[in-house]
Amino acid sequence: MREAVYIGTKPAPEPDLQRLLHEVALGDQEAFAAVYDAVVRSVLGVVRAVLRDQAQSEEVAQEVLVEVWRTAPRYRPERGTALNWILTLAHRRAVDRVRSAEAAAARDHRAALLDRTPEYDQVTEQVETRLEQEQVRRCLRTLTDLQRQSVTLAYYRGLTYRQVAEALALPLGTVKTRLRDGLIRLRDCLGVTA
Amino acid sequence: MTTTDLHALTGAYALHALPDDERAAFERHLAGCSSCAREVAEFTATAARLALAASVPPRPALRERVLHRIGTVRQLPPGAAPLHRVRRAAPRGRGAARWALAACLAAAVGLGGTAVWQYERARDARHDAARAERQAEEVAGVLAAPDARSRSVRVAGGAGTLVVSASRDRAVFMASGMVRPPSGRVYQLWFDDGGTMRSAGLMDPGRTTQAVLMRGAVDGASGVGITVEPAGGSRQPTTTPVALLGMPA
Repeated sequence: MREAVYIGTKPAPEPDLQRLLHEVALGDQEAFAAVYDAVVRSVLGVVRAVLRDQAQSEEVAQEVLVEVWRTAPRYRPERGTALNWILTLAHRRAVDRVRSAEAAAARDHRAALLDRTPEYDQVTEQVETRLEQEQVRRCLRTLTDLQRQSVTLAYYRGLTYRQVAEALALPLGTVKTRLRDGLIRLRDCLGVTA
Repeated sequence: MTTTDLHALTGAYALHALPDDERAAFERHLAGCSSCAREVAEFTATAARLALAASVPPRPALRERVLHRIGTVRQLPPGAAPLHRVRRAAPRGRGAARWALAACLAAAVGLGGTAVWQYERARDARHDAARAERQAEEVAGVLAAPDARSRSVRVAGGAGTLVVSASRDRAVFMASGMVRPPSGRVYQLWFDDGGTMRSAGLMDPGRTTQAVLMRGAVDGASGVGITVEPAGGSRQPTTTPVALLGMPA
């Protein structure tokens, strides 16, 4: 495997998003282009996981990225990394979109939701993405079935915990706890610090 | 809802899985619960890892669309909410401009959002004007520097003149009658650091004649190049330069 060569020594130095975003906040379009290149795959990925429709996903991803440009002057590094800020915004927007669509047309989720796993089958050329997928997949396997289903339905499908409870036929309190316990396990397995 | 129940909502909150009413209640709780806030921050960072794992490549057209779009979207000014500032500014009326501002603010109170937005826009425009003025001063400073040296070149159907001041360590590129770049493209300026190109900013794609303060110090660069790049510019040149010139002696 050729890409094994890169493990440990990254093929390209990661752009310093924090610094770039600071330049974006001063109106630097070039810095924004660099931010775009660094985050667009993940932004589109998370939006598409939730919305599933390619065209709609690109539309929402575009909104998110323009919002990053617009609100960069309000970004506060002490509240979290630039990457987390952008990806949180992306997920929030995707969830808002899916919920407003749901309000318009109440649909029957349950069967469709449960027979689909998150779209991990994407062919990706990106070594970093593949490594990240491997690690997340491995860590998701350390969760109990209910924890994993609760977390992935909420995050990758954009369901509220009430919808998760309905889909899994579980009491509301159980789902709340599973979401929290699942995230604690995932956090520890991935070695995440805030 | 009891406090214990609220604590258990950190996970659902970080995953955006709370309905709006519960989210609002949890956020009120969050403001006074530092252990919850820490957990939420950690869970948010964990969720970001789930996002990274879902990465997919976009169609190339998206880049151009987004970079084109930001050229038309005004950024928020940094800092607090606008209404707060409006209220504070109101009582300090003095002189004609102040009076006009006060009148504007009185209208803002009456009309609500639209007028406040207009007030904000006026303020943003002043920020922009101040920035443009500083740029113009810098440009003038370089052009008028006693040690300014220049060199001209034919470029893109027009003329380009590079002016460098060693004492200021800055350079200005003046374009005259250059053809506009194709739609969705810009001219990007580069400093040549002994064969490595370092971006020196973008030219205004809407103007054929302009003086551009090149971004960053000259810092010993051996020359300057101009390329055509996608809107927003590139980190490295992606096309053959339309012009390359050495530093004026």
